[in-house]
Order: sequence, then C-alpha cells, then structure tokens
Amino acid sequence: MFDFLIQGFGVALTPLNLGLAFLGALLGTLFGALPGIGPINGIAILMPLAYTLGLPAESALILLAGIYTGSEYGGRMSSILLNVPGDAGAVMTTLDGHPLAKKGLAGPALGLSAVSSFIGATVAIVGLTLFAPLLAVVAVKFGPAEFFALMIFAFASMSAMMGKDPLKTLIGAVLGVLISTVGVDSGTGVLRFTFDMPELYDGIDFVVMIIGLFAVSEILLMLEHAFRHDQDGEMAPVGRVMVKLSEVMFCKWAILRSSVIGFVIGVLPGTGASVASAVAYTTEKRISDRDNTFGTGDMRGLAAPEAANNASAAGSFVPMLTLGIPGSGTTAILLGALMLYNINPGPMMFREQPVVVGGLIASLYIGNVMLLLLNLPLAGVFARVLQVPRWILVPSVAILAFVGVYQLHSDLMAIYLMLVIGVFGYLLRKFGFSLAPVVLGFVLGGLMEENLRRALSISGGDVAILFQSGLSIGLWIAAALVVLVPMFAGKLKAKFLPAGK
Amino acid sequence: MPNSRIIPRWLVAVVTGGALLAGAVQAQAKPPECIAPAKPGGGYDLTCRLAANGLQEAKLIDEPMMVSYMPGGIGAVAYNHLTGVRDDDPNLIVAASTGAALNLALGKFGQQHKVDDVRWLGALGVDYGAVVVRKDAPWNNLDELMKAMKKDPSSVVIGAGGTIGSQDWMKAALMAKADDVDPRKLRYVSFEGGGEALAALLGEHIQVFTGDLAELKPQLDSGEIRILAALSEERMGGPYADIPTAKEQGYDVEWPIWRGYYMGPNVSDEAYQQWADRLRELNDTDSFKKLREGRGLFPMSKFGDDFHQYVKKQVADFEQLAKEVGLTQ
Repeated sequence: MFDFLIQGFGVALTPLNLGLAFLGALLGTLFGALPGIGPINGIAILMPLAYTLGLPAESALILLAGIYTGSEYGGRMSSILLNVPGDAGAVMTTLDGHPLAKKGLAGPALGLSAVSSFIGATVAIVGLTLFAPLLAVVAVKFGPAEFFALMIFAFASMSAMMGKDPLKTLIGAVLGVLISTVGVDSGTGVLRFTFDMPELYDGIDFVVMIIGLFAVSEILLMLEHAFRHDQDGEMAPVGRVMVKLSEVMFCKWAILRSSVIGFVIGVLPGTGASVASAVAYTTEKRISDRDNTFGTGDMRGLAAPEAANNASAAGSFVPMLTLGIPGSGTTAILLGALMLYNINPGPMMFREQPVVVGGLIASLYIGNVMLLLLNLPLAGVFARVLQVPRWILVPSVAILAFVGVYQLHSDLMAIYLMLVIGVFGYLLRKFGFSLAPVVLGFVLGGLMEENLRRALSISGGDVAILFQSGLSIGLWIAAALVVLVPMFAGKLKAKFLPAGK
Repeated sequence: MPNSRIIPRWLVAVVTGGALLAGAVQAQAKPPECIAPAKPGGGYDLTCRLAANGLQEAKLIDEPMMVSYMPGGIGAVAYNHLTGVRDDDPNLIVAASTGAALNLALGKFGQQHKVDDVRWLGALGVDYGAVVVRKDAPWNNLDELMKAMKKDPSSVVIGAGGTIGSQDWMKAALMAKADDVDPRKLRYVSFEGGGEALAALLGEHIQVFTGDLAELKPQLDSGEIRILAALSEERMGGPYADIPTAKEQGYDVEWPIWRGYYMGPNVSDEAYQQWADRLRELNDTDSFKKLREGRGLFPMSKFGDDFHQYVKKQVADFEQLAKEVGLTQ
C-alpha cells in the first residue's frame, strides 16, 4: 500500500531533489517573511524558472511545494517582529506573537512558532499519507450549506476575541464584511461598490488589504510619534534567543488541537491558511484562555495559529492529489504547474504517477525537517533584526511590500488603494479598534456570503437546506455552544462562588 | 555659469551620452512580454505560458518571454492599458479567450470599448464546452436531461465556475434556449472556478456541471463522471471519441473556448505580421503539439487578420445572443 511512498523517498533523496527541497524551503521562508510576497507570488515567480531549467516534473513540484510550505513558516516572522503579517495565514500570529516580542521574547517566540509549525505540518503530512483518498470523499460532501455553517461557527468563535470592548470587535468585523462585498457579485455578475473603476471589479485584493491595514498604518503611527517626539512603543531588549522545552510542553495541547483543526480545514476545497489559523486561534482561546492572557503575549495564542496554518498547507494537497481540485489558492497554481508537464492531477494520479505523488509526499517530510533545522537557528538571527530601529525597519519592509504589490498588479491603482486602506487602518487604530476582526470579517464574510447564496440557489430559496445535513447541524450546534456556554458559565460561577473570591 | 567649473563639461557629455546609449540599448533589447489579465495561476496565466514556453522551446524568440499579471475587471484593466497606455508596444501580447469576446459583447469592458480597439493576433488552441453529470445520474443521454429540464426547469440544479452572464452560464442558457426553455428559469449555481464546481458535482450538491471538455479528462478516465454532450462542431478524437456532440443529439449548441492573444491598436503592421507569423510557425512544430495536448487543448489555426475577423464576428454573434437569452436589452 505504501509502495508509492518508498518509491517516493527514493526519488526525493537524490542529491538534486534534496538540494531543490532545501532551496525551496529557504526561498519559501524568505518569500513568506516578506510582506506582499506570499506563496502564490513566490511560486508564480519560480514556476517559469523550473520549467526553463528543464527540471523533471517531480523535481519541479518538490521545489514549488518547498516554497509553499516554507512560506507558511516564514510568514510568522514579520508578524512577530513587526506586527505586519507576512502572508495571509499569519494574520492571527500578530495577536500574541508581537506582544511577546515587545516583552523581549522575540527569540523564544520565533523558536516556539517554528516548533509548532513543524508539528502542525508533520501531523498533516501523516494525515495526507494515511487518509488522503478517504478524506477526499468526505471533503466533497462539504457543500455550500456546510461551508456556510462553518463560517457561522467561525464568526461565533470570534466572540471569544471580543475581550474588553465587544462593540468595537463587532464593528470591526462588520466593516471587514462590508469591504468584502466590493466587486462583481459572485452570483449574478452585478457590479457592487465599484464606482465604475474596473480595478475594483475583482474586489479588494487580500495582500493590498493586509499591507495597507497593517504596514501602512504602522508607518503612519510611527510618523505621528516622531512628530510628537515621544517613545514609539519601546521594545524590550532582545533577551534569550532559544525557546525552552518547558515552553513547548506548556503549549503541547494547543499545538496538537490546532494541527488537527488546520489539517481538516486545509482539506476542504476553497478554504486555506487564513481560515484555518483564525478558527484554531479562537477555538484555543475558548478552550484554554482561563486568565484572559490571550492577546497579551500568551505562548499558546502564538503556537495555535502557527500549527494550524502549516497543517492546512499540507492538508490542501489532499483534494489536489486525489480529485484534481485545488484545496487553496496556492495549490491552484501548483495544479497549473503540473499541467505544463502534461500531468493532469486527479483521481488517477496515485496510480498513474506514483513517482510524482510519492516524491512530492516524501519531499514534504524531508522539507519539513529541513525547515525546522533552518528556522530554529534563524530565530536567533532574525530576533536581532529588532535591534535595527523601527523607523528604518518598517518603512523598508513597506517598500518591499509596495514593490511586491506593484509587481503583482502592474498597476498603480493597487498602490493607491493600499494607501487609502492604510489611512483607514490608522484611523481604526487611533479609535482603539483591533485590526484582526476587520481582516477576519473580510475573509470570512466573502466566503459566507458566496456559500449562503450558492446554497439558496441550489434549494431555490428554501432556507431549510442550511439545516439538512448532519455536518451542518453539528456546526450550528457548535456555533451556538461557543456563544452560549461562556455566558452561562459566567452566571454559574457568580452563583456558586461567593463574591470576592 | 559657475557650475561648469565644478562639473567638467566632458563629464556631462559622457554621462548624457552614456545614459542615451544605455536607453537605446535597453529599448532594443526589451524582451517579449505577455500580460495575463488575471492573478497568477488561472487560465490566462497558462495561456501566456503556452506562448512563452512554446516559443522558447521552438527557438522562435531570442530572449525568454516575460509573463506579467494585470488582474482587474475580468480583463478590463488590461484592455484599458493596451488601448490607452502601451498601445504601440511591438513586443507585448495579451492573453485572451472566448470570455473576453463575451465581456466585450456584454459591455463589461466599458461601453466605450469595442472589439476593433485592439489588434487580435491569433489563437493557439481551443477547448469545447461539455455537459457533465455524475456517473450515477438518472439521465443516460442529453435528450433525457433536456426532457426533464423542459418538464420542470427548476428540478435540475446546474452549476459551473462563473456568474450569470459568464461563459459557463451561457452554455447552460444556450442549451435551455435550444429546447425553448426560458434561461432565467434555470436553477443555476455559480462557483469560484471550475474546480469548485466539479467538487460540488462529485459531492452531489449540484446535478449538472457545464464545464470544459479537456479539463475533465482525469475525472473521465477514473469513471467518476459522464459527459452527456460535447459542445463542439463534430466529435473530438482520442479519449473523447465516444462522447456525442449536442448537435447529433438534436440540440444545436456549440461553445468553443479559444485561447489566444491580442496586441495594442497602434502596433505597426510589420510587428503585428511578424508575431502572427511566429505563432503560425509555432503552431506547426511537433514540440508545441505535445505542449498543447498536455494543456488539454485542441488545435485551432487562426492567425492575423483571419483571427481578427473571427473575433469580430463572434462578438457580434454574442451581442445578438445576449439579447435573446435576456442578458441585455
């Protein structure tokens, strides 16, 4: 049964492919670390190179998959160090990662996130190896109605993030949902809020959104501090650089739970790292945040999204390799890369192309180990980046992001849009809003609307379809529980524990 | 001029001359470029790569072709760019498909943009629409499906990877129209791309998928789906030989999806002709035939003015069709 894997390790362990896996891991980490260049652009940039060099299909795929998984590792760096997410899956990493860096724990934070990334990816790759064909069958059962219920669950979990100012979290999320409605309406093709500008037809690009919201607003805040000559959110000096084993053990359940959540969400076609890390973070906060430390630099709040986004990257290979359906935006490009090699991924691929499939899966194991070995020592190096003054660091990163966004759009409009969103983000921050709910509303809102409308066009407008399958009913109950249980738990506590205790 | 003492004149001359020379060299050595009017990874990206990889393998270009992306407005941003900014770049081609012609006809590229605003260069391949069902579907042929649809248009859930008014919807609408069913009565679900629609078909969320023939080969091979009809003029060969056309089953619907390119309106006749010849030559090489087959495309040989007239007529036909199926007035 595992012939293909043994054969695959034979392929992946050749010097060329080992070298390519390393190159992919290295480049992927870099692409992920630079905001504005995510795995999608990274693969798009290197795909022609792989083809031009005349690499065989399995080698090209090993390189490109290395970039994909590597960038999920790299995305955490600027999240933790600069509070600017490096890519889509790293938005939630800012929530506890950056506060840790502010406390002088940048090194351990980078180390811990590398370890949780490794565990998340390992859990998912093992899942991919053992259950891929089985999971694929279940994944397609997940239809529009189930996706809608999943999004409701994700929004319900967000109530966990409401913290001290629930109203602002809610408004933030609603603003995100509003922004997600810009563009061609996915059902009818009608233009919404596009003001006759063709640049807005496709909606607002995710990268434009996060660079504007996080990086540009960060610069504006810094400018303001500079004019007022006050200290700009001073960083504690970088202390020790290595993560302690006890810290990893403290997070072990958070990591394992999030790995499973990330893998499952990754397997579902159409949802990727951003949804996976959001659900993992909010779930973990619900389960283990007893002292309200999430959001202030809790190690578990950092480990959870990092384990999940890496797990989802490996999970999204499941529908691609077994059904020929991309599980994420990045696997959609990998699918395109395979087509250049006259390989059509699909149900027959395990049988017809065992070398390619086995080689790919084997290289995911190898690449993952390489990424851990690469990222643990790098944690110390990158932590020192914080010694560079922020007024140099953040603008340099922003310039790179601008170049990246321009390269992707070949159009200045995207840059202007990014600046406008930056000013918007700055205003939000001045008024005390947290940015993560805005981004989550933006990502989840779009998916929620699309799937609700799909479900309703399937049923001809009958809302009963939303509660028909066991899967969706389960998700609705889970959504109700995450909102209701804490409310009642609070009341029960008040009743049984005497005041003041 | 006090400054001339500080900066010697010869230095000014050398620097200016050098800059001009560098500029001239750069202008000459500008590599060929293909704009994919979408984000990386989609059909347009592959259309660009088809030209880029093919031309390079056949050694028809000296330098590798650069592929750049210009997403926005389902191609409208790139169309604007070519008609307004880089309207005479002799080394620039833009990927297009039947979808671009449809959007032009529907006025989605802006009312001011017409089909003659660019120079249509040629197509390197074509795919055809297909009517797809699951292997266990109750309909054995197109006629049975159409009869069920005619009896109650809302009893059949159709899905595909585009909005109402997109190519995928047009396939379904034309099928309905061929049987005198009002296309607006169809129960149509739009997904984000063909992959998601296919997943919905396999997961039994929709019953019929109006997809593209060659894209479905892996699922066809594994026997998970059945293709009730190919929307081509005649039966395709090879693995598709057993798939009847809609026409031979009594429903006169064709939907070719060509993959081609256009250039700016003010490109010289000479450059335009040179590119058309280059594509024509590429089309006949053996290495390209393999590449095209791998990409799942059938041959289509229309280049230069021939192709321009073809697109022009197609847009005119689409304008007519859009009125008939009730998309425009």
